[in-house]
Amino acid sequence: MRIRSLQFPLLASALVVVGGVALTGASRPAPAAGSVSGTVTFTGTPPKMRPIDMAKEPACAKEHATPIMVENVVTGPGNAVENVVVYVSAGGAAGAAATTPVRYDQKGCQYLPHVAVMQAGQPLTIYNDDPISHNIHPMPKANPEWNKSQPTGSPPIRTAYAKPEFIPVKCNIHPWMHGYFAVLPTSHSALTGNDGKFELTGLAPGKYTITAWHEKFGTQSQEVTVTGTKAATADFVFKALPY
Amino acid sequence: MSDTAPPPVVRRHALQGRVRPPHPAAPPGFLRRHVFSLDHKVIGRQYLDLALVAVLTGMVLSWLMRFHLAYPEAALPGLGALAPNRAPNGVMTPELYLSLMTMHGTIMVFFVLTTAPFAGFGNFVLPLQVGAEDMAFPRFNMMSFWVTLAAFLVLVAAFFVPEGPPLSGWTAYAPLSAIGKDAGPGQGLGQTLWVCSIALFCVAQLLGSLNFIATTLDCRTRGMSLMRLPQSTWAWFITSVIALIAFSVLLPACILLLLDRVAGTSFFVPGGLVVSDRLQPHTGGSPLLWQHLFWFFGHPEVYIAILPGFGIVSHILPAFARKPLLGPRVVIGCMVAIGFLSYTVWGHHMFLSGMNPVSATLFSVPTLIITIPATIVTLLWIGTLYGSRLRLTTAALFCLGFVSVFVTGGMSGFFLAQPSIDTYLHGTYFVVGHFHFVMGVAAMFGIFAGVYFWFPKMYGRMLDERLGKLHFVLTLVGVYCIFMPMHYLGLAGNVRRYSAFTDDYMKGSLPLHRFITIAALFTGAVQLVFLANLIRSRLRGAKAPDNPWEATTLEWATSSPPPADNFGGHPPVVARGPNEYGVPGPTGDFVMQAAPELGEV
Amino acid sequence: MGKLFAVLVALITLVSTGIFVARIWWPPPDISTLGIGIDRQLTETMVAAGVLFVAAQLTLAVFAWRYGGRSAAHPIRVFPGGAAPMVGFAVVLVGLEIAVLTLIGTRVWSRIFLTPPAPNALAIDVQAEQFAYCFRYPGPDGKLGAVHPELMDEGSGNFFGLDPANDTAARDDIISATLEVPVGRPILLTLHAKDVGHSFYVPDLRLQQDFVPGLTIPLHFTATRATKREIVCTQLCGLGHYNMRAYLEVLPPDRFAQWLKEQSPE
Repeated sequence: MRIRSLQFPLLASALVVVGGVALTGASRPAPAAGSVSGTVTFTGTPPKMRPIDMAKEPACAKEHATPIMVENVVTGPGNAVENVVVYVSAGGAAGAAATTPVRYDQKGCQYLPHVAVMQAGQPLTIYNDDPISHNIHPMPKANPEWNKSQPTGSPPIRTAYAKPEFIPVKCNIHPWMHGYFAVLPTSHSALTGNDGKFELTGLAPGKYTITAWHEKFGTQSQEVTVTGTKAATADFVFKALPY
Repeated sequence: MSDTAPPPVVRRHALQGRVRPPHPAAPPGFLRRHVFSLDHKVIGRQYLDLALVAVLTGMVLSWLMRFHLAYPEAALPGLGALAPNRAPNGVMTPELYLSLMTMHGTIMVFFVLTTAPFAGFGNFVLPLQVGAEDMAFPRFNMMSFWVTLAAFLVLVAAFFVPEGPPLSGWTAYAPLSAIGKDAGPGQGLGQTLWVCSIALFCVAQLLGSLNFIATTLDCRTRGMSLMRLPQSTWAWFITSVIALIAFSVLLPACILLLLDRVAGTSFFVPGGLVVSDRLQPHTGGSPLLWQHLFWFFGHPEVYIAILPGFGIVSHILPAFARKPLLGPRVVIGCMVAIGFLSYTVWGHHMFLSGMNPVSATLFSVPTLIITIPATIVTLLWIGTLYGSRLRLTTAALFCLGFVSVFVTGGMSGFFLAQPSIDTYLHGTYFVVGHFHFVMGVAAMFGIFAGVYFWFPKMYGRMLDERLGKLHFVLTLVGVYCIFMPMHYLGLAGNVRRYSAFTDDYMKGSLPLHRFITIAALFTGAVQLVFLANLIRSRLRGAKAPDNPWEATTLEWATSSPPPADNFGGHPPVVARGPNEYGVPGPTGDFVMQAAPELGEV
Repeated sequence: MGKLFAVLVALITLVSTGIFVARIWWPPPDISTLGIGIDRQLTETMVAAGVLFVAAQLTLAVFAWRYGGRSAAHPIRVFPGGAAPMVGFAVVLVGLEIAVLTLIGTRVWSRIFLTPPAPNALAIDVQAEQFAYCFRYPGPDGKLGAVHPELMDEGSGNFFGLDPANDTAARDDIISATLEVPVGRPILLTLHAKDVGHSFYVPDLRLQQDFVPGLTIPLHFTATRATKREIVCTQLCGLGHYNMRAYLEVLPPDRFAQWLKEQSPE
C-alpha cells in the first residue's frame, strides 16, 4: 500500500476523559508499601502528528493498514502525554537490578516499545521480527557506543547498560526508526500510556524525588512524601509548542 | 635486427668505484642473508611472497562476498564463530560485506597488483637485466620492503579491532571516510588504520620507484644503452616514473585525510553535515578535493598495475615466438605515451561526481586517445605471433591469455570513457567487470607469465609445465565466466557495492549472480593447482639450467639462481639489443645480449 | 595446446558476443526524453567495440592455432609491412572512431548536463541521507523553507531541518519519500546531501548524478510514461547502501495535481 498521506487528524481537542488505571513499565507491586501515582498532561498546542512514510521499505509499509504516526510526541485523550518515563530519581534504596530481560522489538520498521525502560545493569534483549535486515545504533554518552546490523532471522542481541542515561536509538537503515532506552538508577519506574497515567508502587515511607522525562518536552521533578500505604499523587504538566 | 651502432659511453655503477664491495659475496648469518637482506633478489622474492599471502587473503575475501551475494540469507559455516558481532549465526551483515569489499579492493590493488608485478619482479629482474650487481640503493630497497610489510600488517590489523575494517571501499571517499565512527561500524579505528597503511605504502613505493629509476639510469653495465634495455626494464622504468608522481600525491592526500579524522581539520568535510543524528563539527572542506587527489593517483595506479604486464608480455612473447618483437621502439613509445596520458584522464572517474560537466567532455578525450597506444601495443603483440614458431609453454600461454583479457577489458573501457554512456553504466557491475579484466585479470596473467618464466631463475628449479597448462586453461575459462557476465549485469542496470539485491528490478539478476559465484569458487579452487605447483617445484622441481628458455637477456647469462653479486664478479658486457631471436647464433636461433661480437668468437 | 587455446578463445568470444547480440541482459525500456540519445550512443559503441573485439580475439586464436608448436623447419616471417600498418590502423581507424563517438556523445551529454532546464520546469528539492531520499515540494506559497542542519530531527519527521516556528515558508512544504512527478513536464531536481556522498540513479531514465555534501547540484529530466520505477544509490554511502532507494512515480498530470492538493496541509 502507498503511504504518503499527510492529512493530519485534529488532535488538540479539549476532551476530558477519565480512563481506568492502566499501568505500564517495570513497577512491581509490593504489599504493605506506599505508592505514588499521577497523570502527565500538557498545556498549549502539541505538534501535529505526521504519518511516517515507509515507501522505501515495502515489506514494512504493508504491515501497517494505516500509516503509523511519528512517535516523538504522542498524546491521548484529556491532553494526556504518552511515552513519559516517571521514576524515583532520589530517595529510597536503588536496589539490585532485575534479572528479567527487557524486550525490545523491531517490527514493521517500528521500535516496540518506543521507549524501553530498564534499570542500569538489567539485561536487554533486542529482536528483529521483520523479514528484512535492521540496524541498531544506540547513541549513549556515558555508556559505550555500538552499531550493529541484525539480519532477518538473526539471534537476538543481548546487552545491558551499566550507567543510567536516556539513550537515543536509531536504525541506520530506516531513518524514521527512532526510539529510546531509558536506563534508570532505580527499579521504581513507569511509562505512561495513552491516558498519561502512571503509578510507582512498593515505596517505603519517606521522601522521594519523582522525575518525569519526555524525549521532546524535557524533564520535570517534584518532591513527594510517602506515608504508610497511602497513595501519594504527583501530576506533571508539560508545556507543548506546535513546532 | 643486429645493432651495429658503436657501444655508447655508459656511466658506471654508482657503487662500483667505492672501496666497500656492494655485497659481500655471502653475508654472514641467516637473518642477514634471508630476512633482513640487502640483496635485490631476496627482496624481490620477499615482495612476491608477500603478494602471494595478500592475493590468497584477497581471494578468500572475494569468495565470502560472492557467497553472500548469491545466497544472501544463507549462513556460512564458521563465519559466525569468526565474527559473532558482524555475522550472527554465520549470516553476513551489510557492514561485514562492505568491510570485506574494502579490504579485498585495498589488498588486491596495493599489495598484489602493485607489489607483485612492479616491486616484486622489478626488484628481482631489473638489476639482472641491466647487468648491475644490485639496486642503486640497497638499504632503501630493504627499507621499502619492510615498510610495505608494515603497511600490510597495519591494514590487516583492522580485522582485529572491535568494530572491524572500514567499509568505505578502496577509494575511501570523503566524507564517509573522514568523519569517524558516526559514519558506521569500521569507520572509527578501522578507517584510521586503513589511512595509515596506505600512507606507509606510499612511502615504500616512493623509495622503491626512486631506486628503480636510479638503477635503470645509473647502474647499467657496459654496452647497455637505453635502447638495448629489454622491454620489461623499460616498463618498470616508466612505471617507476608514474609511481613516483602518483604516490607523492596520494601520500599528502592520506595525511590530510588522517588530519581530518584525528586532528579536527576539515580538508574534505564541508560544514552542516548531520551524520547519525549528530551535527559534525567540520566546516569548509570539499569532498571533491579528495576525489581529485585520489584519482590523480588512482588512475595512474591502473597503469602501475598493468604496464609491468605490458613489459613482461613484450619480453616473454618474442622468447617463445622465436622471433623479434614487432616494433620494439614503438612499444616503448606507446608505454611512454600511456604513462604521460595516464595523468590527464583521472576525471573520467568523476563524470557524475558533481564537478563541472564541461570538464567531463575534456577528460573524455584523452581517455579515448589512450586507447590508441594501447591498441598499437596489442596489435604489435598479435603481429609478433604472425609467422612465428610459437613454443606454447605455460608462460607463453599466459601471455596469450593476457592479450585476450586485455582486449576484452579494453573494449568495455571504450564504453565507460564516454560520459554519455557512463551516465547509464557508472556505478554498475559493468565497471566491476571492466576493471577486473584490465587491472585484475590482465595484470594477474602478467604475474603468472612472469612466475612461470622467471621461477627457474629465482629458485634454480623448473615449475611443472603440465600442472601449469592445466592451471592456465581452467583459469582462462574461469575468469571469463566470472567477469564477462558482470558486463551483462551492468548493462541491465545492476548496481555495484550492494551487499544484497533486494530491489525489485535487481532481484532478476540473482541467477546470474549465482553463476558468477560458482565460477569464482571454481576459479579460486583452480589456484590451488598453482599453489601446489609452486610448493612442489620449489622443493623437488627439476634442476633449472642457466637459460632454460633460450632467451637473450642478461638475467639468463648467469647461473640459476644467480650468485649474490649476480654475475660472479664478471659484469657482462652488452653487445646488442634484447631482440635477437630467429637469427643464427652460437647456441641456437638466438644471440644473447652479452655474447661477444660474432667476429670475436 | 595452441589449438586448444584457439578453440577456447573463439568459443568464449562467440558465446560472449552472442549474449550481447541476443540482448538477454539489456537496459530496461527508456522512459525519458533524453534516454534515446544514450541508447543510440550505447548501440553504436556496442557495434564498433564488438567488431574490434571479435576481430582481435579471432586473429589471436587463428595465430595461436597456426603458429603454435611450429618446428624449426618453418621459416620465421615478419608481419607484412612490420609495425607501420599497426600504427596506421590504430591511429586512423581508432582515431576516427574516437572522433565520431566524441562528437555525437558530447551532444548527448550536453543535452542532459549542459542545457538549462525548461523555464516551466517543476522544481523539486531532493535530500539524500543514510539511507533514504527525501523529496520536498513547495506548498501553496510556492516557496521552500530554509534548511537548518542543526534542526534536523528524523525522530520528529523533520528530515530537512525546517524551522516552521520562525520560517513561514517552511510550514506548507510538502515532504514525500516517493518522487511523484507528472508525465511530460520537465522536472528540475536540486540535489543535496545531508551526511555523506550519495547518488541518484534511475536506469529507466538513463539518468545518474552524485550528491556531494556541501554542494547543491541541479539535474533535469522529462518522463514520458506514467509508471513506477526505482531510484537507487550508486555511491557507496555506508552499511545501508544496498537498501538506499526510493520510488519514482510518474503520474498523469491530473492525478499529480490531485496528489499535490491532498498533500497540502489544510
